[in-house]
Amino acid sequence: MSIMEHNGGSVIAMAGKDCVAIASDLRLGAGAMTVALNFEKIFPVTDRIYMGLTGLATDIITLRDRFRYLVNMFTIKESRAIEPSTYAHLVSSTLYSRRFGPYFTEPVLAGLERTPSGGFKPYIAGADLIGCLNFAEDFIVAGTASDKLFGVAEGLWEPDLGPEDLFETISQTLLNAVDRDAYSGWGAIVYIITPEKVITRTLKGRMD
Amino acid sequence: MATADGGAYSYSLTVFSPSGKLVQIEHALAAVSQGTTSLGIKASNGIVIATEKKSSSILIDDSMLEKVAVICPNIGIARKSAQAYWKIYGEYPPTRVLTQEIATVMQKATQSGGIRPYGVSLLVAGYDGNRGPTLYQVDPSGSFWAWKASAIGKNMTNAKTFLEKRYNDDISLEDAIHTALLTLKEGFEGQMTEKTIEIGVVTVPTVAELEEGKIGGTTGRVKPTFRKLTEEEVRDYLAL
Repeated sequence: MSIMEHNGGSVIAMAGKDCVAIASDLRLGAGAMTVALNFEKIFPVTDRIYMGLTGLATDIITLRDRFRYLVNMFTIKESRAIEPSTYAHLVSSTLYSRRFGPYFTEPVLAGLERTPSGGFKPYIAGADLIGCLNFAEDFIVAGTASDKLFGVAEGLWEPDLGPEDLFETISQTLLNAVDRDAYSGWGAIVYIITPEKVITRTLKGRMD
Repeated sequence: MATADGGAYSYSLTVFSPSGKLVQIEHALAAVSQGTTSLGIKASNGIVIATEKKSSSILIDDSMLEKVAVICPNIGIARKSAQAYWKIYGEYPPTRVLTQEIATVMQKATQSGGIRPYGVSLLVAGYDGNRGPTLYQVDPSGSFWAWKASAIGKNMTNAKTFLEKRYNDDISLEDAIHTALLTLKEGFEGQMTEKTIEIGVVTVPTVAELEEGKIGGTTGRVKPTFRKLTEEEVRDYLAL
């Protein structure tokens, strides 16, 4: 049993039209035993960036705190909010600084990047445990159900979905994927990020 | 001004004299006012910085993206910190952040043992997406300011008075270059030629150029906004 699968859990991010969504399950396990049903894996970074962390629960918490510190320092030094692409590189270099003794987590980022003309562009990215970034135009998956998430997302995702359609797509993708994974599930939480607001919804899932 | 004889306080970097001065810092500023004249003007669509070039051995790499200085002895430090920033964030630092770093280095020199303060002031001109074009001056004390136009070195007082008269907020880059040359001409010793002055300009990129640049996941670099004018270009400006 790999340390990456010990606590279970999955995260997915999807890009829509002028919006992005990120969702995760709520399970915390210890091997096959479920310990908690309220273990959140997605954290706000700025008003326009959310990050999900899958993998070893202790490292999820450590990294959540560490990135909060790094982003706070950036915000103070530069007196501005960090942009998603900049944050992605910060995540990458932080993880790579532990190249030979990594944090056992795979982050997923979802945010809206400000364009030079003043608009917003969807930005999603993932990284492996040593910080190799993976950019996608459609969706990013991570966690114990990542293979199933890939399958369902490839079937359901389509370009230019609005916030509500994107919510439906990401929710169905997540719920149906985690039902096929013993280490993920037990409820889910979804964040839809638009230029105006962030919508948070918790979903009921199968409890078995 | 501190006198050459600062008494018991003149050699310590960190002990205030009874009149509230750090005498060595004042001396460093005096060293600056003996140096070559440099000036910078922020225009509506860019920035120009110009300097008198006494020796031809000033080492400048104009092709680098860091957008530092026409005359800049600690360009090494600035580059190192710009590269460190690149390694973490995948982009170069905004002008203000780099200026802050330079200022920190210079401030440390005013307090650390075994070293002396830098005997230079710097003009840092740059463009970034956050604050647009900005012009900063850093002093040996480690303090820095943003300017619309400023001058450092020999004749700085005269040059600043001259700039105050000539400056307005919607001056164009071309006009700013000519104003810079006129200011430099005041109190210039000898002939002003393309060999004896240097000019650097920051051009504000268009929105289209910015959109083309580093947006999204690509690691493409943004077009450099700072460049040194070639000797031919300087000659053309002088001829006008």
